[in-house]
Amino acid sequence: MAGQSGTRKHVFSKKIDAFFKGLADAWNFFKRFFQEVFVPPYEFKEVIHQCYRIGVESLPLISLTGFIVGIVFTNQSRPSLSEFGATSWLPSLIAIAIVRAMGPLVTALIAAGKVGSGIGAEIASMKVTEQIDAMEVSATNPYKFLVVSRVLATTFMIPVLVMYTDFVALMGAFINVNANELVSISTFFAQVFSSVTFLDVFASIIKSVFFGFTIGMVGCYKGYNSSKGTEGVGKAANAAVVISMFLIFIEELLSLQIINLFRIK
Amino acid sequence: MGNRKKVVEVRNLYKSFGDLDVLKGVDLDLFREENLVILGRSGTGKSVLIKIMVGLLLQDSGRMEVLGKEISKLGVRELNEMRLKIGFSFQNSALYDSMTVRENMEFPLVRNYKNLTKKEIALRIEELLDAVGLPQTINQMPSELSGGQKKRIGVARTLVLNPEIMLYDEPTAGLDPITCVDINNLINEVRERYKTSSIVITHDLACAKQTGDRMAVLLDGQFGALGTFEEVFPHAEDQRIKSFYDYNFINS
Repeated sequence: MAGQSGTRKHVFSKKIDAFFKGLADAWNFFKRFFQEVFVPPYEFKEVIHQCYRIGVESLPLISLTGFIVGIVFTNQSRPSLSEFGATSWLPSLIAIAIVRAMGPLVTALIAAGKVGSGIGAEIASMKVTEQIDAMEVSATNPYKFLVVSRVLATTFMIPVLVMYTDFVALMGAFINVNANELVSISTFFAQVFSSVTFLDVFASIIKSVFFGFTIGMVGCYKGYNSSKGTEGVGKAANAAVVISMFLIFIEELLSLQIINLFRIK
Repeated sequence: MGNRKKVVEVRNLYKSFGDLDVLKGVDLDLFREENLVILGRSGTGKSVLIKIMVGLLLQDSGRMEVLGKEISKLGVRELNEMRLKIGFSFQNSALYDSMTVRENMEFPLVRNYKNLTKKEIALRIEELLDAVGLPQTINQMPSELSGGQKKRIGVARTLVLNPEIMLYDEPTAGLDPITCVDINNLINEVRERYKTSSIVITHDLACAKQTGDRMAVLLDGQFGALGTFEEVFPHAEDQRIKSFYDYNFINS
């Protein structure tokens, strides 16, 4: 009987056991999402509410960052291209760089910082103040209400934000190109669309879906499993950002390898 | 308690966290329409006991029967059906801070009683806010409420599901003496009006005396004394119970 035993033995050591237990918990948390997401009741209203929060409320930051990335990248690329007399390739270069890598990566990293930390802190503070327990004792599934809705919202909204960032960054790039090379908007975008392939756009959206899922899942997991106390809230928010960013870079690397397989064909 | 029906029966209950044994063979009965107060120092496992009662925690061993059903053996659906019959008022009220008072009270109702119309839901909420004396707070956010108001709204939110058993976790903690008396009166009113059986977790003897039919004092993981206030406290022989009484009524 566990309740009557005095000391507990560890399989390896306390830290290693805790590490494997953490992995098992994370796997169960991840698995539970797929067990719950297709089963009613559905929290449509909460999903829409979270989409609004994640999408609309991120717009100012995403707009500013995307626009600046477009301008700065164009400015930094110009000297290298001009050495070869190839500044006319600027729209193509920028479009490919933004659509393939910079748009998804910049958006995902910003969302990990803003949305991921917000989700981690919010759920952790609900845990600390027993609001999650309150949902549970009122016969409501807190996982479905809090986790499924937020993960779905990030999974839907990050690809939308990525497309928006691509557009804003290209507009920034256009302003810079227009000011320096006197290229019209129609010429600029004609060159952009002739350089970007369907695979570029499709791959960008697919990896954004994974980025969004990662941000939502990590934020929720760290919040849901935060230790008690206000210190736990800060730690959950911080861990949500760090782990999300780490996983986003890994996913970016993997997606690059997979997409390259299709390009060679 | 004569022939009164038991609504909760706890037998030989054990619970530990890591190396810390909290409950060490607890036995307890709660009878219909009774207010039972569980007293004890911080960390003695009072809250753990009622969290096992609603399935938030699982005992290591022993039996926890609520309304004739062993809680640890219930599946998810049965446990949720059982939870609708148990109201849990949290120590810090646990109001959802992103929702208004109305939304807080709607939350469990719309998810568990899907056949209710909007009008029926609104009427139920208004009735309960009247019952706790706070109809004017309906559109306020929890951050705009005082500690006592939060407690009352927390109680109203649990009553919205029409529970048979009420569990109050430290209902007067952190409140001024006058608000404490109001909360104690509310606990008694809830029992009278909604015919609930209640367990009140507290270390406030004034609250215990005012609300409890019986007292149970948790000492070292087991109940050290059980009976009416007069039976348990004024002439307690156990030094731990005596010091608890002295501190509350003499030293303070």
